[in-house]
Amino acid sequence: MDIAVCRSSCLICMSMVLVLAIFLGFEIISKVPARLHTPLMSGSNAISGIALVGAVMVAGSAESNLNIILGTLAVIFATINVVGGYLVTDRMLGMFKRGKEGGGK
Amino acid sequence: MTIEHLVNLAYIISAVLFVFGLKLLTSQSTAKKGNLMSAVGMFIAVVMTLLIKDIIDYKWLTVGIIVGGIIGAFAARLVVMTQMPQMVALFNGFGGMASLLVGWAAYRVMYNFDLFTATTIFIAVLIGGVTFSGSIVAWGKLATVISGRPILFPGQTVLNSILFIGTLVAGGILLMDAPISPVMLVTIILLSLILGVMAVVPIGGADMPVVISLLNSYSGIAGCAAGLAIQNNILIVAGALVGASGIILTNVMCKAMNRSLSNVLFGGFGASTVQQEGGPEGEVKPISAEDAYFILEAADSVVFVPGYGMAVAQAQHAVHELERILEENGRDVKYAIHPVAGRMPGHMNVLLAEANVSYDKLVEIDDINRIIEEVDVCVVIGANDVVNPAARETKGSPIYGMPVINVDKSKTVIVLKRSMAAGFAGIENNLFYKENTRMLFGDAKSSLEALVAEFKKK
Repeated sequence: MDIAVCRSSCLICMSMVLVLAIFLGFEIISKVPARLHTPLMSGSNAISGIALVGAVMVAGSAESNLNIILGTLAVIFATINVVGGYLVTDRMLGMFKRGKEGGGK
Repeated sequence: MTIEHLVNLAYIISAVLFVFGLKLLTSQSTAKKGNLMSAVGMFIAVVMTLLIKDIIDYKWLTVGIIVGGIIGAFAARLVVMTQMPQMVALFNGFGGMASLLVGWAAYRVMYNFDLFTATTIFIAVLIGGVTFSGSIVAWGKLATVISGRPILFPGQTVLNSILFIGTLVAGGILLMDAPISPVMLVTIILLSLILGVMAVVPIGGADMPVVISLLNSYSGIAGCAAGLAIQNNILIVAGALVGASGIILTNVMCKAMNRSLSNVLFGGFGASTVQQEGGPEGEVKPISAEDAYFILEAADSVVFVPGYGMAVAQAQHAVHELERILEENGRDVKYAIHPVAGRMPGHMNVLLAEANVSYDKLVEIDDINRIIEEVDVCVVIGANDVVNPAARETKGSPIYGMPVINVDKSKTVIVLKRSMAAGFAGIENNLFYKENTRMLFGDAKSSLEALVAEFKKK
């Protein structure tokens, strides 16, 4: 498989990475105040745009026309997800203020 | 050290930034920094990926990044806060679509067939497709392009089961078959898209907080599977992080409604109006804005309880205005926020934040219920099911057992409501008939503005 350049050395290692990452995900998000549910969701939504890395690999190494199309579309979709996701989260978080004069940003 | 090593080292840094970013997002004071950190992690991951030597053609991916970047930036800047839920749903669907396309492209270059890779491609395509079409339907429901009510029809469960089994069979054939059978893959893509639509269509608008967090989790899982397919560590790690955190959030939402996930997904909640035995006792007591003014005038402590109706009426600024006037007159004002009020997790918090309401005035359900008996006036703004005492009192009620804000236990309740129509769940609300409840009918925004005007008249 020619696009698998950054290959992990073995299946077991990938599974190890996968399992540990899942546990880590569960651990981090265990206690979130309700008011942050939206930013957290939209922030993690932006991270799920990581498919962009895969899309870049596909679009940049494509040899057939169909794969160029698939890759480019994937890059477009993933970039919307990433850029939109982070900006929207930032906008939301910017609105959360404490006190009358909006300190404690 | 080769370029590949370097790229993988950078991926480790990205992964660390994602983890810290998520961690910081869980606390108010650090959240903005956390988001930035995670964005930097993403930037590093993407830029370093460009260095991989297999990437020979930058033309199309540059076009893609520019087009996607412009669309994303404009969408994020222009969206008004009340439309945030559908925007998040849409972004989420795009992430799923990207994973599907990556899986598809990876399949086409998979010359050496191996079962593991084929399986992960199947999962990436299936879940990516479900995420995409499911999110589009969720978007439609939230934007009221399609009805927010659950769409149910006879034989739905059977049809869905057949679809699901059909998809699995197609996947099985794909895995057994020769590595190159594009028809089968396209079939799976189509089936997954139909499955996503069928899965979200029977779910009602009020259950969207659960659906959105679940779809968010799916988009992570799809990315993770795509990462396994093209053997890329950062996709695996980031996808798994999102998948796991999304499931936790889904769980929080379900708990807030006292319902299981399967009940939300398959229950068709709110499809029909539930007839309640006995019916409510007492009578509805409508009041004018002036009456409401006198009640508020005499109160020392006021608690606002916002719901989806506040979002619809865009009444958040009017609420804040009233809050400010009450505070100037020495009243103690708080906002009680139910975790599933609105259409996405934390919906009310975002809206109130937009109106510059200080977040330390927002109180969570348990804290407000502890002191609710001391509260002079609760003002319910477009909330219904989340303040329905039937959740405590009526054993047969569909929402029985759901934690609600016990506004009926406060001294006086003013309910701002358009009409006497039942709430989303179609359940009669006994609150409106209670001795200490007053109904102020009309659009929430105009009612609040009328109240503000009354205070200013003085």
